[in-house]
Amino acid sequence: MTAVEEVPTSAAGNPIGFGRMVRKEDVRFVRGEGNYVDDVNLPGMLHGAILRSPFAHAKINSIDTSAALELPGVVAVVTGKDLEGLGLAWMPTLSYDTQAVLATDKVRFQGQEVAFVIAESRYIARDALELIDVDYDPLPVVADAKKALDPGAPIIRDDKEGKTDNIVYEKWEAGDEAVTDAAFAGADVVVTQEILYPRVHPSPMETCGSVAHMDPVTGKLILWTTTQAPHAHRTVYALVAGLPEHKIQVISPDVGGGFGNKVPIYPGYVLSIVGSIVAKRPVKWMEDRSENLMSTGFARDYHMTTSIASTKEGKILGVKVDVLADHGAFNGVAQPTNYPAGFFSIFSGSYDYPAAYCKVKAVYTNKAPGGVAYACSFRITEAVYAIERIVDCLAQELKMDPAELRLKNLLRPEQFPYKSPTGWEYDSGEYEKTMKVAMEMVGYDELRKEQAEKRAKGEYMGIGISFFTEGVGAGPRKHMDILGLGMADGCDLRVHPTGKAQVRLSVQTQGQGHETTFAQIVSHELGIPPEDIEVIHGDTDNTPFGLGTYGSRSTPVSGAAAALVARKVRDRARIVAAAALECAPDDLEWELGRWFVKGDPERGKTIQEIAMAAHGSLELPEGVEGHLDAQVVYNPPDLTYPYGCYICVVDVDPGTGQVKVRRFVAVDDCGTRINPMIVEGQVHGGLADGVGMALMELIAFDEDGNNLGGSFMDYLLPTSMECPDWELGETVTPSPHHPIGAKGVGESATVGSPAAVVNAVIDAIAPFGVRHADMPLTPANVWRAIQGNPIRTDMAVE
Amino acid sequence: MQVSVNINGVEHSRDVEPRTLLVHFIRDDLQMRGTHWGCDTSNCGACTVWVDGAPVKSCTMLAVQAEGAEVTTVEGLVKDGALDPIQEGFTECHGLQCGYCTPGMMMTGRWLVDQNPNITREEIREGISGNICRCTGYKNILDAIEYARDHANSEVSA
Repeated sequence: MTAVEEVPTSAAGNPIGFGRMVRKEDVRFVRGEGNYVDDVNLPGMLHGAILRSPFAHAKINSIDTSAALELPGVVAVVTGKDLEGLGLAWMPTLSYDTQAVLATDKVRFQGQEVAFVIAESRYIARDALELIDVDYDPLPVVADAKKALDPGAPIIRDDKEGKTDNIVYEKWEAGDEAVTDAAFAGADVVVTQEILYPRVHPSPMETCGSVAHMDPVTGKLILWTTTQAPHAHRTVYALVAGLPEHKIQVISPDVGGGFGNKVPIYPGYVLSIVGSIVAKRPVKWMEDRSENLMSTGFARDYHMTTSIASTKEGKILGVKVDVLADHGAFNGVAQPTNYPAGFFSIFSGSYDYPAAYCKVKAVYTNKAPGGVAYACSFRITEAVYAIERIVDCLAQELKMDPAELRLKNLLRPEQFPYKSPTGWEYDSGEYEKTMKVAMEMVGYDELRKEQAEKRAKGEYMGIGISFFTEGVGAGPRKHMDILGLGMADGCDLRVHPTGKAQVRLSVQTQGQGHETTFAQIVSHELGIPPEDIEVIHGDTDNTPFGLGTYGSRSTPVSGAAAALVARKVRDRARIVAAAALECAPDDLEWELGRWFVKGDPERGKTIQEIAMAAHGSLELPEGVEGHLDAQVVYNPPDLTYPYGCYICVVDVDPGTGQVKVRRFVAVDDCGTRINPMIVEGQVHGGLADGVGMALMELIAFDEDGNNLGGSFMDYLLPTSMECPDWELGETVTPSPHHPIGAKGVGESATVGSPAAVVNAVIDAIAPFGVRHADMPLTPANVWRAIQGNPIRTDMAVE
Repeated sequence: MQVSVNINGVEHSRDVEPRTLLVHFIRDDLQMRGTHWGCDTSNCGACTVWVDGAPVKSCTMLAVQAEGAEVTTVEGLVKDGALDPIQEGFTECHGLQCGYCTPGMMMTGRWLVDQNPNITREEIREGISGNICRCTGYKNILDAIEYARDHANSEVSA
């Protein structure tokens, strides 16, 4: 099943290096002994709760907190006015915009933070919210991105001096427009489709929260918080609040899922800190599920007018995309500074053609801020969806099999490293091979025969293909930063005298299994059994600086750092071994876990013996320090480019519009697989996300800006009933510039799978003349599409 | 008001507000943190415990309704220091990632296996549809519960 080379097994039965092993972290999780933020309880701890706006856009005339303050057990009520006095009413977002911590002038989305209660218990804090009287004057609302630029549209960000429109940015472009227009002019066939990737939400099972403890004596702030980027958050708190950075400790304990939701800094985190300073006691804030869905980082909300040009034989000549991006009320996206539309410009996809161009316009609306979240690889999800949908539209236009069309246009192995028409350099790939593995696994030709037979009987099944290429593992620092912090990761490794080791990471796991895979990386390089290597992460006082876990960057960046720091230790071990064996370092040769004398394999020292010698009295060459520790900072030379081919089979009931996902085959190539079991688990989860987004998940709004997806009663996550038993395959094409050839896989399936599901549904109902319908393909939406009346899904319909 | 509940074989008595939810009684009053809270609307199942032997979403039940009941939480699965087959199954089959839904999922899964030692995969699929996992895509959870079914059976027959 897996293409991992045979490695020796440790005494505990684990691979010394890469291979399947059960996760080290599971020991605590299956016993209910995890330690999540809500599990942190400190002596004297108070509880915070946030009063939120019921309106999407309204002027605040006054806030009366007197009744709340009289409630026994209430310690303080904080409003925007109080924060203004501290200079904390507004905070920077990760995209150089500002966001209200607590509203002062007006509220700009439903669910916005208006006041913060601090009380002796979580129940009392909630009771007090009911007693706060806010006098609002409702204002006209912009809920529809397409109306944000209407001449009479209300101005949402009038807090910005001189702001007279709702534009976040007017035009961000990539590729060559003239070359692309020329390619289109010379094409036999041009197909254009308006494609919406509606607003969805990451919805980790654990909501966001924090416990702040500002020690009134020492001035040290300890913040336990749900964050995917503890170091970046520490720096931002230092910059926002003026707190000295060396006195801020951010601890991200066990995190109950992230998916991008826990990258931004939310007002609640800041408020827990303010509360702790005001009350001189620790303050816990945990949002509830509705708060999570209504106020924290959403994803997507991209309106993509997509066009493709080809010859009549199906050779693609060019693609262009015109995007209207809805960023909500504050530009709260979290992506590298130079990439305001994230990595969307990778939309040219996995195909060989010379001309591609996109332009993106972003607008403010009276909706929650966010935009980059939910395992999107900085908007590659939107890009892959656009190209894979439009390729299927082209196939329909040409009356060509979508598999044949893709095979005709896929990049060929000899083209790598491949420079895309929008400037990305793909590192490695054997695309056709991967696609053929997927087609064989699913039995593509037989399925097409079955489909034809079924159609003759009035039954509708569909087969959908998606071929995706991602770029993951941001930086390098030179091109990529967040708020000026370059995207490179530190890593420390200490081998103790007895040969046991601790590796310290800047990245933080939210379920990806870092405590296991990073131990395996070090094990692979040094031959120390993984059970003898402790992974330390999620605590800024005890780990080196780095930018965090998102955009599938842990393995490509910190994984490289872990391999390189281990190699540094291995080099040091060679010098120590040479001293112990009284030979020159050059006379030694490495085998897993041991340096030995070339030509005399009996004479050698294990890494454990070397560790003890390095800490002992052995005389070392001049200038060589003792001990067996090392530190590196890994600045990636470029992104890595995982890819894959997904094929989905659905059955659609044309009477009800009900879609049943019958099968899903996923063949991923993420380069070297450190722990195949964990890689497969990552893919499984992303495929479920894809089915959810394609068929169920949606944050829609009505014209008044009411959020219609504010609880799990309305925001539908996929359950076991919607998920088939995923069928996984693999090819392995290592990244040539990554120390262990790994490419990252955390988001691949979320990025690649929605298009496969939608393509399958459209393929099923194509006989009704349907070429496209927007996600989510709920029974009602599929039924409407079959009736020839597909609808916009992002706004409430009558 | 006073409420007495037997949790994992130990009697706990506390003075609580009548409105206190069972999940908060377990987590906040008794400081047993293995039972998680996820949604408030009884959709997600992260808070699933057994009350008198049946799985219940403890965010949707008052602590006082559990008066006199026997409650089992995830902390009650380990017997004499040994993992329950459901815990082994989740570990062996990689049935968890972030671990947040896991306690509730295991309580439901173990109950399903207890109810029907010959439960099929499709019956398990339906049986856990009230517990949401955002990480695993469910396939490995089904494998884990089948593992528990197979190993629970072998223990019974041994």
